[in-house]
Order: sequence, then C-alpha cells, then structure tokens
Amino acid sequence: MKLARDTWLIFQRQLKLLLRNPVWVFVGVFQPVMYLLLFAPLLKPALNAPTQAEAYKIFVPGLLVLLAIFGGLFQGFGLIAELRAGVIERSRVTPISRFALLLGRSLRDVVSLMVQAVIITLLALLFDLRVFIGDLLLAYLMLALIALMTSAVSYGVALKVKSEDALAPLMNTVAQPVLLLSGILLPLAFAPGWLQGVAKWNPFSWAVDGTRALFNGDIGNDRVWQGLSIITVLAAAGVYWAARQFARSVR
Amino acid sequence: MIQTRGLRKSFRSRAGREVKTVDAVRGVDLDVPAGEIFGFLGPNGAGKTTTLRMLATLIEPDGGQATIAGADLLKNPGEVRRRIGYVAQGGSTWDESTGREELVLQARMYGIGKAEAQRRAIRALEAFQLTEFADRKCKTYSGGQRRRVEIALGIIHEPKIVFLDEPTTGLDPQSRAHMWDEIRRLRTDGMTVFITTHYLDEADALCDRIAIMDHGEVVAEGTPTELKREISGDVVQVGLDVSATGEAEKLLDGEEYVNRLELLDEGGLRLFVDEGATAIPRILRRVDAAGLDLKSIELHRPSLDDVFLTKTGRSLRES
Repeated sequence: MKLARDTWLIFQRQLKLLLRNPVWVFVGVFQPVMYLLLFAPLLKPALNAPTQAEAYKIFVPGLLVLLAIFGGLFQGFGLIAELRAGVIERSRVTPISRFALLLGRSLRDVVSLMVQAVIITLLALLFDLRVFIGDLLLAYLMLALIALMTSAVSYGVALKVKSEDALAPLMNTVAQPVLLLSGILLPLAFAPGWLQGVAKWNPFSWAVDGTRALFNGDIGNDRVWQGLSIITVLAAAGVYWAARQFARSVR
Repeated sequence: MIQTRGLRKSFRSRAGREVKTVDAVRGVDLDVPAGEIFGFLGPNGAGKTTTLRMLATLIEPDGGQATIAGADLLKNPGEVRRRIGYVAQGGSTWDESTGREELVLQARMYGIGKAEAQRRAIRALEAFQLTEFADRKCKTYSGGQRRRVEIALGIIHEPKIVFLDEPTTGLDPQSRAHMWDEIRRLRTDGMTVFITTHYLDEADALCDRIAIMDHGEVVAEGTPTELKREISGDVVQVGLDVSATGEAEKLLDGEEYVNRLELLDEGGLRLFVDEGATAIPRILRRVDAAGLDLKSIELHRPSLDDVFLTKTGRSLRES
C-alpha cells in the first residue's frame, strides 16, 4: 500500500516534469519516424516481401523494440543530473520506499515509451499495416516490460557509475551487440547458422521474435509466451537490482 | 538528543591499481542535548560531512553506535529518518521545479497527506519569506532564496533534530546573517540544530556548543567561551614585513614570557603570552633595538582559531 502510494507520488512528479518540457515527444518520435519513412521503403525489395504492408509487419515491431531498449537504457542520464542536484539524497533521508524511488521513475519511462509506440503504430497504419487490437496490446505489454527493464538497469548503473562520461560509452557498448544480435533491423532468418546460435542467447532476440509473431497475428507462436516470460523475469530482476542501488549509499 | 559512541567510517579509494583505505571518521563520541545549536567545526576533509551523513542514515557506519531522538541509528534507521531533517551542503532542489512543488513533494515523501502537505508548504513559504517566489522555478532563485527553500525542505515534517551541512557556504554576507537568524529561529521553535561549518566566526556567534574536528576525530568540545578559556593568556599579533619576520622570530622565540609563537603568511608573528599588557612593551623594545620596522601590534583574546591551533598544531585558516 505504502509502496503503491510512494510510487504514484514519484511517478506523478516525474511525469509532470517531463510534460513541462514537451520537446521530448518530438525528439523521441523523430528518429523512429525517419526510419519509417526513409529506411522502411527499402525493405519490400530487400526482404522480398510481397507487399509494403508485409514489410512493415516485420519492420515495425523491430523498430518498437529498438525504441524500448534505447529509450530505457539512456534514462540514467536524467538520474545523474538529479544525483548532482542533490534530489536523490534529499529523497533518501525521507522514509519513502526505495522501490518507489525507482519504480515511479521507470513507470514514467514506460508511459512515455507507450506514447511513442502508439504514435509510430498510428503512422504505420497509414502505410497499410494491419494488426489485431488484442495482439497489439500484448505486443505493447512486451514493449512495456522491455522498457521497464532497460530503464531500471540504466538507473541502477547510473547510481553505480555516477557520471555521464562513464554511462554513455557503457550503455552504447551494451546496446550495440544487443541490437545487432536481436534481428531488430532485419530478421535473423537471413543470418548464417553461427549468428543465429549466438543470437539465441540474447533475450531481446526472443522478445523481437515474439513481438513480430504478434504483429503477424500469430498469437499461438511459442516465441510469444517464451519472449514474454524471459522479459518478465529479466524485468523483475532488473527492478530488484536497481531498487537495491537506491537503498544503498549513493552520493 | 543525539548520543554517539565510537562512530567510525572508512572509505576505500583507488588510485591506479593501489587500493587505499582512508579512515574518514575514527571513533566519534558526542552528546548533544535537546534545544541547542551544536556546531561541528573543522577544515574541509576533517570528517564532518561523513559524520553528519552517518547520523542522517545516508551511509552506514563501520562501527560504533548512535541514538538519535530516541531511535537507534543502526537498528532502526527508518524511525530515525522520520524524526530528523537533513539539509545537504551541495543543494537539493531541482531547477525545473518550483519552490512550492518541492515543499509539497517533500512533505508527501514523509507520508503526509496531500491537503496537509499543501498547507505546510504555504506556512513554510511564509516563514522563510518565499511566498513571492513560490511558483517560480528554482533555477530563477538567488543563492540565498534557494538555500532558504532547502532549509524549509529539511524541516517541513517538523523534525526534532535538523542537520545542516555548511548552511552558509557560498552565501554573501547579508544572506549569511539572514541565514543565522533563520537557524536561531529553528532553535526557538524547539528544534535541536546540528550544523557543520569551517567558519570560525559562524561557530563562535551561532553555536551554543561546538566540537572541533580534525582528521576524523573530535579534538575538543565545549561552549565557544569554555574552549577559548582553556587557552590561558593573550595573543599578541605583531605586523612585520615578510623579510623581517624571520629575524623577529629568532629574537622573540627565546623570550621567557612567550609561551608559543606562530608565523603569519602575510608577514608578522603571533605570540601567545600570559599577560599582554606586560609583554607588549618588552616585545616593542626587542623589535626596536634590532632596528626592525614594526607595522602594527595588536592584543586580543584567543579566538577559536587559536583553540584549533593549540589542539592540532595547525591554523584552521591554513587547512
């Protein structure tokens, strides 16, 4: 009960501050829209897809997962600014739940990702993408869990390294192989056997497969429940770990 | 109100491959009664902030124990948090947020309901003369206004004790005097105030009692008057050119009425003597006989810096 109240308190505060600076909506959506407009048209011939809509079914879920991963991983920067301003320390001398300090922030990130995801989906509809609403909602759940995990991990790492200079290269180093090994931009079906073997160890590759299956209306595909389960477990672990960083001494 | 025994903390720092252990606080015993302004005086790096952060539950002590406002620091940090307020040295407000928003949030983080939090914010804004700026973003505040918001944040939940880490550092003289009044007002309201400072005049003028800290240890404790009385005698300060200072030191170091002698950076000497009135003529004669050019001579009672010097062998101004 206290956790829910405290989480809501932090969530409201973070959301209010985010809305005060609406540039983020533009920035957050600009890049994916560019991909949608400038990169996706290459896909129909490249993927040998029968129609543009087919190509979008493969590309849009990948793009959304990409957004969730990157959007989450770079949230730590904002936390370092708060750390420097003393806001975190000020919170830590109060009896507020340490889980709430993390969850309130991560849930704000999840909500902001969802807004972006909806905008991208609506735009893709203009390009003849069609997806069942139930499948779409399940896909959004997957995205929400991914964003929850990556933003929590990013906050946890930010509390550990405490400096933008260390966080930026670290996050890029993590994100790069994760991105390439998840078949986000092109499906790994095109990959040679060894690459597919390595990608099996990347949880995000399961998430991407699952999300693609959902966009394809293939809700019974094993990858859907497998992806969701893997990401749920990882999100729970990430949140737990990051909340512990909030409880431990930080400067 | 605060009692500590043997409070310790060391940090491991890494310089290249070498891991060094720094004993930041080495066994601090304190007894702070309710209702006083207690000051921690010491140079930067003496362990004041580390001690304060331990008492405010922000870092865990390596050893020792403490009872704060009746709650055990190690066994029940949650209860300690409810009973204390803490205002950090480096600030604690967010640029994009308004003073009122910060105050309401802070009250709510202490579990206070929304309506009551808003009432308290209004009261705090009035008490600290911030009403005018209440709905402006913190980044537009002056240094003094911002510090006042931060103190208001620290006491929004009406704690029994408030810890203020270097509350006047970085403020102009006027804001500083204003801040002293605010701090005295907290005591009048029945709060125990625990401040750290490296300003001698602040410790002297503001604090009921002080503990002088150096290298992680409390080297002296008492009221400012008591501490100064411990150093018997007077201090005579002789102003000389830097070039003449060395010679004057040789002349006066051996004199039987000079208990101790200290060189001043800007040229000149500080002499600790039993009685200034009899020492001054003798000093003058010696200096005059040697043909040294005397710029000034002053007699004063020992200051807290003299106390610090006696206890640590260094001047607080230098460290």
